[in-house]
Amino acid sequence: MKIKLFAVAVLGAFATACASTPQPDDNDLPIEPPITDNGGDVVDTTPQGPAEGSPEHFTQTAGDRVFFGLDRHDLSPEARTTLRRQAAWLASYPGARILVAGNCDERGTREYNLALGARRANAARDYLISQGVDASRISTTSYGKENPTCSQSSEQCWAINRNATTTLVGGYTN
Amino acid sequence: MNRLMAALAALVTGLMVTTMAHAQEPLRVDVTRGNLDPLPVALPDFVGTSEEALSRGADITRVVTNDLASSGLFAPIDQDAYIEDIENIDLRPRFSDWRVIGSSALLVGSVSIQDDGRLVVAFRLWDTRLEEQLLGLQYRTAPENWRRVAHRVADEVYQRLTGEAGYFNTRIVYVAEGRGIEGEPLRQLAIMDQDGANPSFLTDRSYMALLPNYSPNSQEITYVSFLNGQATTYLYNLETGRQEALFTQAMREAGLDPNGQSLSARFTPDGSQLAVSIETRSGHDIHLFDLRTRALQRLTQHPADDVEPSFSPDGERIVFSSSRGGGSQLYTMNRDGTDVQRITFGEGLYTTPVWSPRGDLIAFTKQSGGQFSLGVVRADGSGIERILYEGYFVDTPAWSPNGRVLLFTRGEPRADGTRYEIWSVDLAGFNLRRLATGGMASDPAWSPLIE
Repeated sequence: MKIKLFAVAVLGAFATACASTPQPDDNDLPIEPPITDNGGDVVDTTPQGPAEGSPEHFTQTAGDRVFFGLDRHDLSPEARTTLRRQAAWLASYPGARILVAGNCDERGTREYNLALGARRANAARDYLISQGVDASRISTTSYGKENPTCSQSSEQCWAINRNATTTLVGGYTN
Repeated sequence: MNRLMAALAALVTGLMVTTMAHAQEPLRVDVTRGNLDPLPVALPDFVGTSEEALSRGADITRVVTNDLASSGLFAPIDQDAYIEDIENIDLRPRFSDWRVIGSSALLVGSVSIQDDGRLVVAFRLWDTRLEEQLLGLQYRTAPENWRRVAHRVADEVYQRLTGEAGYFNTRIVYVAEGRGIEGEPLRQLAIMDQDGANPSFLTDRSYMALLPNYSPNSQEITYVSFLNGQATTYLYNLETGRQEALFTQAMREAGLDPNGQSLSARFTPDGSQLAVSIETRSGHDIHLFDLRTRALQRLTQHPADDVEPSFSPDGERIVFSSSRGGGSQLYTMNRDGTDVQRITFGEGLYTTPVWSPRGDLIAFTKQSGGQFSLGVVRADGSGIERILYEGYFVDTPAWSPNGRVLLFTRGEPRADGTRYEIWSVDLAGFNLRRLATGGMASDPAWSPLIE
């Protein structure tokens, strides 16, 4: 159940990333539309800030994904910075376990990308371990090009889809 | 399918030997020149002695006509042009009536329904110029197998006129691509006849299924499943629907992470072993898996990724793609991993090698300059590569059982993302056609001929 809720939050983040890149503002959809109840009273949607130790807190304070160059699986300085923040966050919440998933853009053949995605996930995992995260807390997978954040056929989309995404899969609070 | 085979008792009918002595070449279609010079053929509806038989006869003729036309080697003549009304296939046709409408070959047939409900389908293939019978065959089968019989008739005609085995009585497993309620991608395995008939799903929407491959006996497939959240090779029995993760135990025994990736596995031609790329500590390496001992043998040990293995038809060599030279290129090696030879040297990335059933060629996808192409190269790397199709996206070539046609995934950009379809093209680069899948589709696997 927790994982499901988190997945919805991540999709929301995907939507902004996608919409903000290729087109001008009119395509910028709000993540959470204002909600009104049947009486017409406006519900207060002021962000309260995510609960400490929650997946949202992880994404907001550390950043849940790092990006890769075309056909690359080496970590950029920006990617290392993000992963160091992830490692620091995980040090503060030693019970949390993570899944690192490698993703690719659609401009490659299927099996090739499944293997490339594994390399991206492993590169992120290895760096997290070098930053003190215990290997037993990390599992990895590769979705190849099968789980794109952004489905349009554009350079901006493809750059977003070349990533390793870290998801909390257990041992966290909500 | 065994039942079907038993039911398909083929009987050679009494050949009406003709004694024609025209000084003409026998009818022969050159499979390499299809679209340039398709052979005009006449296919009047198979005759019958009852309403039901007549109707089934028309169905069978439609399937045969569609099969032959789809090959690009034959040009069926419109039935409206026919002069002679075939009523009895045991009488010699009026050949001049068929020659005058330009028909080189004439297929006539009949359908009768036995008291027990079984169908008897008989046909004769005529050379209208030599006025000679080329073929005369009869099948008896359960009525629901009428499409199988029609495809067998088409295969017999194809073989008689080209000298090569046909590929119409085959099935295709593929990935049906769709979108879920929230726009998430759905990828389910589906199966259908080669001409698009009898489609059905093999897997459900709850997990992604990719990259199917047929076993040589057509009874099983391998595919890559995300059932457990990680790309994992499964063996799937098409008769029972039973499936299993193939390598988990063997990976553990081989000291590999059993949760690591296992990818698209292809059978040896004798069906006893599989070659597969499995994730190791240093990347992906080609492994051989024995279905009897259930043990994995590692064939490559390179720090670069070695993926997409495919066997030569004699089972002696394996082609695979590897990034060991920088960008992905194609290599062959012996089935024990020795004698690795690079066979492609061009610019760009070469992936998805598949060895032709004839042995001489290897099909591949090439990615270069933002475009994708489908090509073939000689298995020994000699000569130059031939590009059969070039476009926005290409993936997963699959050979017809006779090695004359390739299916492949073709992608075209659309506003809402890339649209994937399966297309076919012949070895000469002609006769580009969309495969009759219901919706978006990818990853074709072509069955062997169903006997």
